[in-house]
Amino acid sequence: MIDGVIALYIFMLAAFTGYEVISRVPVILHTPLMSGSNFVHGIVLVGAMVALASADSTLLRVIGVIGVILAAGNAVGGYVVTERMLKMFVSAGKKAAGIKKEH
Amino acid sequence: MPAVSTETLTQLSYLVAAALFILGLKRMSSPATAVSGVRWAGVGMLLATLATLAFMGASSFNLMLVIGAISVGGIVAWVSGKRVAMTDMPQMIALYNGMGGGAAAAIAAVALYRGTEANAVHMAMATIGGFIGALSFSGSLIAFAKLQGLITKSIRFGGQKFLNLAILLATAALGVMVASGANSGLPVVSLFFVLALLLGIAMTLPIGGADMPVVISLYNALTGLAVGFEGFVLDNAAMIIAGTVVGAAGTLLTQLMAKAMNRSLGNVLFSNFGETSAAGGGGVTGAQKAIEASDAGVMMAYSQKIIIVPGYGLAVAQAQHKVWELAQLLIEHGAKVRFAIHPVAGRMPGHMNVLLAEAGVPYDLISDLDEINAEFDTADVALIIGANDVVNPDARTNSGSPIYGMPILNADKAKNVIVIKRGQGQGFSGIDNALFVLDQTRMLYGDAQAAVSQLIQGVKAAG
Repeated sequence: MIDGVIALYIFMLAAFTGYEVISRVPVILHTPLMSGSNFVHGIVLVGAMVALASADSTLLRVIGVIGVILAAGNAVGGYVVTERMLKMFVSAGKKAAGIKKEH
Repeated sequence: MPAVSTETLTQLSYLVAAALFILGLKRMSSPATAVSGVRWAGVGMLLATLATLAFMGASSFNLMLVIGAISVGGIVAWVSGKRVAMTDMPQMIALYNGMGGGAAAAIAAVALYRGTEANAVHMAMATIGGFIGALSFSGSLIAFAKLQGLITKSIRFGGQKFLNLAILLATAALGVMVASGANSGLPVVSLFFVLALLLGIAMTLPIGGADMPVVISLYNALTGLAVGFEGFVLDNAAMIIAGTVVGAAGTLLTQLMAKAMNRSLGNVLFSNFGETSAAGGGGVTGAQKAIEASDAGVMMAYSQKIIIVPGYGLAVAQAQHKVWELAQLLIEHGAKVRFAIHPVAGRMPGHMNVLLAEAGVPYDLISDLDEINAEFDTADVALIIGANDVVNPDARTNSGSPIYGMPILNADKAKNVIVIKRGQGQGFSGIDNALFVLDQTRMLYGDAQAAVSQLIQGVKAAG
């Protein structure tokens, strides 16, 4: 489906994208951002699902189930903690105006 | 009927998901749009997962296993993620990150055990991704255990580096066998994974707690890379893009952190921080001078400009709400109050910002190192709460100190320094602090939350 050289191009462009996107992030968001990028690699879930779907022996099914459980934990847990952290950032102006969200 | 195959639909959903991930990460780069950023990425994740579930064409038994496994992992992570305290966030991120690495390793294991990947490139990719994923899995779990307090000692012994190198070489040799032989058999593949897991444990055990943020960030980048490699194996563009973006971003983040601590990554991984400190910290002489909370409260009540420097002690004591209460009280008294955050304060860059944000401190009052350092000269009081190395002037002046050259907050330039600290001992890294014995420094011993509560009483009593 994805040709070898095309895959390399995808790899290269994605690497530059990651570098550029992060380089403009202020220090105060570093922990949520690490958490956010941690959530993004939770996309491993779709790979684990495909691997388990193709499993045709007990051993492969066991490994596949472990993989999907771990990947779902990565994706869901990563999302929950990132959102919780980011919800707490409120500026003084917003607070004075009373637009403060819950939390 | 137009022939739109399920394969095309799945790929299109991955394309949209990848775009949403990148846009989401970009929106996370500003506090104003950050929440929407993670939600965009969340929509992408949901879309890709649902499309995969609908179109992957599994047998009904396997489909049942997939749904069951997602439910188990998802529900456990949801509940734990909702419950975890903000102070424990770093180890939680380490844990979730390790799970991602383990999942990547599991994908590799399925491909390698089966051994039917005809493509030599795919075999190599699966092997490399499996190695990195397994390493990140066990390493992250050790990092989690250390930060959670399950492992309290850094295990070090002579020849440790050589043992680690030997494990690395053995893993690499087995990896070559696994990658080249189309079907190298169960024992070889199993041994390969066992060694990779062992290497992650052996690498992380000797690293001191102070360096954990850098290590977690590194494992985050590694998991991203592992996911990218497994994306090649599965011809999955979403995994390649998301994994590589995280790999690159995580590498940059790791460098920024190591730089803030004035240490190279190699130094963090291969030197045993803390062991040299007994010799290096020898320059500190003098006695610490204690102060009562009531006296400190009076001093602060009559100060014009106060800079608060929070550290991990604040996080441990859950004192962030009390500190904000104190700051508001001082602002009512007409003082100018700022929070100064060192890049590596707490256990991760930005960890302190998260805690202060949780307490409701507006981010306009929070300054980083470059913004605030010139301000200490004109500050009446620098209030240090559970921070240590990041305010140690030895980093500027004592070339024998292990932290010499690390950028610090110049709290020693303030007219008065009040240090809230649990006891007289050394901090987390085991290095003596020259700030604590300066003439203008007074020590307020006690748990951060109790001490700040007493300070609030002191300020109120003063007027």
